Amino acid sequence: MKPYLAIFRLRFINGLQYRSAALAGMATQFAWGFMEILAFAAFYKANPAAFPMEFSHTVSYIWLQQAFLALFMVWFFEGEIFDSITTGNIAYELARPIDLYGRWFSQTAANRVAKAVLRSLPILLVAALVPAPYRLSLPPAAGQFILFLISVLLSLGVVVSFSMLIYITTVYTLSAAGGRLIAAALADFLAGAIIPLPFFPQPFRAIAEVLPFAAMQNMPLRIYSGNIAGRAALWGIGIQIFWLAVLTLFGRVMMKKALGKVVVQGG
Amino acid sequence: MRLYLKFVAMHLQSQMQYKISFFLLALGQFLVSFTALLGVSFMFTRFNAVDGFRFPEVLLCLATVLMAFSLAELFGRGFDHFPRIIRSGELDRMLVRPRPLVPQVLASLIEFSRLGRLVQAILVFCYAIPASGIHWTWDKALTLCLMVLCGSIVFFSLFVIYAAFSFFTIEGLEFMNVFTDGGREFGRYPYSIYGREVLRFFTYVIPLALFQYYPLLYLLGRRTSILYMLMPLLALPFAIPAYAFWRYGLSKYNSTGS
Repeated sequence: MKPYLAIFRLRFINGLQYRSAALAGMATQFAWGFMEILAFAAFYKANPAAFPMEFSHTVSYIWLQQAFLALFMVWFFEGEIFDSITTGNIAYELARPIDLYGRWFSQTAANRVAKAVLRSLPILLVAALVPAPYRLSLPPAAGQFILFLISVLLSLGVVVSFSMLIYITTVYTLSAAGGRLIAAALADFLAGAIIPLPFFPQPFRAIAEVLPFAAMQNMPLRIYSGNIAGRAALWGIGIQIFWLAVLTLFGRVMMKKALGKVVVQGG
Repeated sequence: MRLYLKFVAMHLQSQMQYKISFFLLALGQFLVSFTALLGVSFMFTRFNAVDGFRFPEVLLCLATVLMAFSLAELFGRGFDHFPRIIRSGELDRMLVRPRPLVPQVLASLIEFSRLGRLVQAILVFCYAIPASGIHWTWDKALTLCLMVLCGSIVFFSLFVIYAAFSFFTIEGLEFMNVFTDGGREFGRYPYSIYGREVLRFFTYVIPLALFQYYPLLYLLGRRTSILYMLMPLLALPFAIPAYAFWRYGLSKYNSTGS
């Protein structure tokens, strides 16, 4: 466990270095979230009865989504890992006495956490101060907040283990830019990155809810506001654990097979 | 110009060397904007209208912005990519060549996979133009062309501003994404739905609404004044400060030394 923690720490510190980039990023995400909320507000004004979530829940959903963007968005891949596969540096990685899956996993997770930690707090703070209908509200109860935190961690795990599958397929395809883009676009959409899952019309919603992508940002963002509460929240967390286990297991098996075939690119 | 075309051909040829990779990328680009489209259509299964705009009318808006953006991106990707040109020192090489700088930047990167977006804009137009129920006369057709053309010039100018910022920051300025990518993403709805302040901002500061919202009202017959039809032209002067800022940035340029 220790080497993974070391990698995590190193990456985390590394990620904290780019403070002005973080500042620009925060302003961007804040403006972005605000526009997103205004769009939902316009729909709410058009027909409040057709709105499938409480408006305040939607507002919280979007603010948290923007604040924790780096944790949840599938398209946030590690360029370094793709490079190591295409340039052949993977050979060094393999020579190290450390399990590659764990190494990549902790590297990806650490970078995401570092980005999110730096950016989330100021965004959340400002979001909690804007005028009433657009304000980020507190979670309904302390217990709900704890469930939210657990769910955030799990969804980070699910997102990372999904990205692992993408990294591993690169071993076969080498140039994966297109496939990466496709996988990320679909996964993010089905995770509720564009519109929250409750806004999906019925057959699509039911399908999306049983896919692993629903265990990504969909779950914690809805648990926070109490949109998913009590038993349903516990059940949701159970589903997240299930998908995390399935995806990591699948990833490890895939990796074993892929590494058996890995062709080190010379040069 | 001949040189530029030669570069275009070169980029095309090199990207066509990896055909599967190219088509996957194009498909990816297509899907990324397709999920946004899907989001809009999901919203409209629930809501009949937003701010008085029905689904086909919103689609018309979405397609205009998407097409304007993808045209600008297709030709102006070099500016979008500009921070990297500065960082790698490539700009120094460009400056010593006996050719004007702007065409060189334009020719430095042309990604044909971005056509994925353009194709989608065309497909949406194919659906929305008849479905919007607009009685198409020559003046309305002209308005639509103006919207797309002037829109792509506005987006292009935004790319230039983005590039000009990087003379000072070296890194790309992430905040500009709110206006470029954000302009595209939020432009899927008429800017009026975001409220009056936002509409005002996108009218007077960053003139995105001038080619999107106002002429759309003319297309839909909600405004009949010819002024609304010609509104996209008013967005064109935006290119002047953009270019001026670019010149200013260039005059302050210090090489990164790499």
